[in-house]
Amino acid sequence: MTTENLIFETANEGQETSSGRVYTLSGGDWDQVKAAPTGEAERVVVNMGPQHPSTHGVLRLIVELEGETVTEVRPAIGYLHTGIEKNLEFRTWTQGVTFVTRMDYLSSFYSETAYCLAVEKLLGITDDIPNRATVVRVMLMELNRISSHLVALGTGGLELGALTAMFLAFREREIVLDLYELITGLRMNHAFIRPGGLAQDLPPDAIAKIREAIPRIRTGFKDTENLLVGNSVWMARTKDVGVLNLDGCLALGVTGPTLRSTGFAWDLRKTNPYCGYETYDFEIPTVDTSDTYGRFLIRLAEMEQSLQIVEQCLNRLEPGPVMVGDKKIAWPAQLSIGGDGMGNSLEHIKQIMGTSMESLIHHFKLVTEGFEVPAGQVYQAVESPRGELGVHMVSDGGTRPYRVHFRDPSFTNLQAVPAICEGGQVADLVAAIASIDPVMGGVDR
Amino acid sequence: MTESNNPLMPQGSRELPLVDIREGSFGVRGSGDTSGFGGLVRRIYLPPAAQRPLPGWFEDVVAALEQSLAARDKNPAEVLERVVVDRNELSINVQRQHIKTVMQILRDEPRLKFEMCMGVSGVHYPEQTDAELHAVYHIRSMTHNRQIRVETTAPDTDPHIPSTVDVYPTNNWHERETYDFFGIIFDGHPGLTRIEMPDDWVGHPQRKDYPLGGVPVEYKGATIPAPDQRRMYSR
Repeated sequence: MTTENLIFETANEGQETSSGRVYTLSGGDWDQVKAAPTGEAERVVVNMGPQHPSTHGVLRLIVELEGETVTEVRPAIGYLHTGIEKNLEFRTWTQGVTFVTRMDYLSSFYSETAYCLAVEKLLGITDDIPNRATVVRVMLMELNRISSHLVALGTGGLELGALTAMFLAFREREIVLDLYELITGLRMNHAFIRPGGLAQDLPPDAIAKIREAIPRIRTGFKDTENLLVGNSVWMARTKDVGVLNLDGCLALGVTGPTLRSTGFAWDLRKTNPYCGYETYDFEIPTVDTSDTYGRFLIRLAEMEQSLQIVEQCLNRLEPGPVMVGDKKIAWPAQLSIGGDGMGNSLEHIKQIMGTSMESLIHHFKLVTEGFEVPAGQVYQAVESPRGELGVHMVSDGGTRPYRVHFRDPSFTNLQAVPAICEGGQVADLVAAIASIDPVMGGVDR
Repeated sequence: MTESNNPLMPQGSRELPLVDIREGSFGVRGSGDTSGFGGLVRRIYLPPAAQRPLPGWFEDVVAALEQSLAARDKNPAEVLERVVVDRNELSINVQRQHIKTVMQILRDEPRLKFEMCMGVSGVHYPEQTDAELHAVYHIRSMTHNRQIRVETTAPDTDPHIPSTVDVYPTNNWHERETYDFFGIIFDGHPGLTRIEMPDDWVGHPQRKDYPLGGVPVEYKGATIPAPDQRRMYSR
């Protein structure tokens, strides 16, 4: 049979093959298409992503549609897998921070803190961390919650067509990123929190700058709030969309704002406090609607709570060391800004190169070998903006991790996509995924 | 691996899981040893099994689990291999064929009520003969606000562990990830395919016998080897 004949024939009546009936559309056959067997619903399989602006990063969704209704959705991940967990096994415990900060790039301080808390737990020095370092960690984490939630709200709005929300959210996020830049030197991928404390102390003007920024951020929130809370268009797109009840959350391991939108006030900062969270005064906002709009309200309320924690941190900051006193763990010197960028302070270089051979040896050993961590395994969890971020860390008593596993909340929460999207509409799929707020860097690691 | 006939261990001490055997004193491998410590052999062990009674609520959890196992005609001493308390965390090592029963009890028993599983983490211990592959589950009870670790092992030659997806649906992706990275086959999983690596990938990247890979990099005239080829100082 020639190709021409084949097209002609299949265009008319379809061809039975081993994989079922094959139709080839060649135009001018509308009468036959209209006459297609009735009663059989039209099903289309659509591939969304991995490069799709409304799938929140390199997430691929394979969606089966019946008209506009999603009958089946399968998320496919792995497009941003960078092997960070494997890489950590080939670096010292301190170098690991540089890797973990790149996992969930929107909430780097949480990965850093979780990693460092786990190393400190293995070392048994949790109680020796200086107070100032812990307060700065809490402050950076809460600022990070604000900047991360702002991206969630901004991109969530963008994906639903509310461009103004994106502009407003990114305007406030810029203020927070400026604070990061002032404190850590970088706007993202900071590697600022280190096992034992912090890489360096706050710069002299940091406290004043943060105090000055807080009212600006707070006023900025009001714009988003005035724009979207109670807005009928926004509510039409988000209310009763992406519903997941408490049973579903527990079965699927979903944590964070999605769990709290079922009315269950589960937040590790309250239930399993770390970094002294039990001494701060804040509330866990909940709603009982279990839907996308509820999660939006929770994020708004959480940002206000985070601002209050940041204010409490500022009041608590007292001068003191930011690194544990143990010279076998602490980096030998605080970093400082020189003529050629950030590095070891000139006084320290003068000391190790000119006056103290002991210090030079010590510096060399600690920087090249790193410190040893007693054999054992721990699990350390922190409440990241997306839910429970857990670190399972195994040491073989050496200077490098034996195994580090990150239980990333985005990874687990993304499993809920079929549960919350099937039966809804394609447009709601986008809203529902935005409400989970997955960050693919964390999902794929 | 259980090291009961290890001459380096004191008589009567409990069996310990081995992590690594190190030789020499300075961690230098592959070069002549001039330190005189080349004959030194050290075995690195993970923390030993705990003595009963366990501290605090750990004892309640283990006792409740043992009672429930006995009520189901299982011998707790056979099902539970080892109970470890280390760094204020409770680990329960379970025989792999009983992992699903144990998880079911831990989830449903009113005195236990570990409602949420925080996923599966694999660990590869090449030194532990016949127990090279570990699957580690962290489970959390919101009712009692407790968190424990359940661990089970499989030999490299028979890397099968029953799936716990029926008990904790959240483990669906986590077991796929552990299969992808360690090659542990979770029997009864609804669709055990690779999740992070491409479908046609060969090997399981996070096993210890899988190289990290990388290329040497030249920087200002000096060549820096790939990370896994660099000199290791770990002692």
